Amino acid sequence: MSIETAKPMNWFDKLAHPGQFLIWSRYLVLPLALVSTTLFVIGLWYAFFNSPEDYQMGDTVRIMYVHVPNAWLSQFVYVAMAVSAIGTLVWRHPLADVSMKAAAALGAAFTAMALFTGALWGRPTWGTYWEWDGRMTSTLVLFLMYLGLVILWRSFDDQLRAAKLVAVLTLVGAINIPVIKFSVDWWNTLHQPASVLRAGGPAMPPSILIPLIVMTFAFTFLFLTLHMVAMRTEILRRRVRALERKRAVEGIVK
Amino acid sequence: MNAFVAVVAHDLKLATRSFGDLLTLILFFVMIGVIVPFAIGPDKVLLARLSPGIVWIAAFLSSLLALDRLFRVDQEDGSLLAFRHATISLETITFAKLIAHWLTSALPLILATPILAVMLNMDMTIFWRTVVSLLLGTPALTAFGAVGAAITVSLRRGGLVAPVLILPLSVPILIFGTSAISANAGPDAEVAAQLFLAGISLVSVSLAPFAAALALKLTQE
Repeated sequence: MSIETAKPMNWFDKLAHPGQFLIWSRYLVLPLALVSTTLFVIGLWYAFFNSPEDYQMGDTVRIMYVHVPNAWLSQFVYVAMAVSAIGTLVWRHPLADVSMKAAAALGAAFTAMALFTGALWGRPTWGTYWEWDGRMTSTLVLFLMYLGLVILWRSFDDQLRAAKLVAVLTLVGAINIPVIKFSVDWWNTLHQPASVLRAGGPAMPPSILIPLIVMTFAFTFLFLTLHMVAMRTEILRRRVRALERKRAVEGIVK
Repeated sequence: MNAFVAVVAHDLKLATRSFGDLLTLILFFVMIGVIVPFAIGPDKVLLARLSPGIVWIAAFLSSLLALDRLFRVDQEDGSLLAFRHATISLETITFAKLIAHWLTSALPLILATPILAVMLNMDMTIFWRTVVSLLLGTPALTAFGAVGAAITVSLRRGGLVAPVLILPLSVPILIFGTSAISANAGPDAEVAAQLFLAGISLVSVSLAPFAAALALKLTQE
């Protein structure tokens, strides 16, 4: 107990202290969940009842409103994880460890959803569940990378050591992702090119774009909610472990 | 520099002294080429068409097999701890170990390629392209492998986890490696693929020692 010698915390240290995080994040989970639910209700209503059928794809175009947000999250979560990895390696921050671990499994889930909805959409429109096309293949490789990270987390007993090594692998992967993407595109391409974020404005009418954007925000808020809950769970799980260890030692001493 | 050469020589001596390890590796590499025709049939035309992919898969699997000995022995006998007090940095030592590992695990495979070339009915141009593409691509394979081996060095079953981590990252090497041989994408595509392969190797070999040394340091904290 050397509280007197510790230097005073600034606001960021206070906010990012795991104990403090548990206190303030408690009041954030419900609002985040409510925002996400509201956006889902609006977005799904638009997607099902207030958006046109595609003149070629018909009703199957509505799969897009689930597929595209998941594909976006599959990349967004990796960026969040890479930022947390920098936090782990540079500042050695325990909250960054927890954020990285919570994001890994979520990223794998969202990427799996993107692949699954993509397969369902590909069957009626392209006539196949799977095609070795550039974008699909790089998403599949991304999925395998997520699974590798999850496996690496689970292979260590000591989660503090695991965090640093996982962070190294996450950053090596982050450097590698553009190379993988480029090489796979070079290898084979069939998928339609990016059509929302591109120079010269989006390539779709607002009647489709609005539900798509709402659904993207809905899924992003879903991720933020789940990430917050998973981080809280992880911190509590570590506390339980520490308490168990303490009790075990006390038992031996007695 | 002296210490650098000493580490390379030390690793080379250890690897060549246990000649059985080296032979196992080469045998494994050749055996994959021997097994594949049993699986897909003895059609010589088909085998020649698939040969670039088969050779690269064989090289991939063999390099994964050799990976575990890169840092594990040094971790177990405490050499890695001693390295941290050496006159040269751990990054430099890792680079030296990378060179020695490539010389003892990748070069023998390239020397054994003629056997696969005969088995898989390669013609002469394809054979030379295969050798060039392996020479250009295997350094990157060793570099990625070193990062994976360093990350998993403290795990008892690291030999099983490391390949799962490395394989997705190595997809570009496989793509450009096979394109540099078969070149069905268009004229000059194989030259482009060779250049990409060389580029990936240069970047990964120059960055991997830092990532691997960082992982080794973090393991010992």
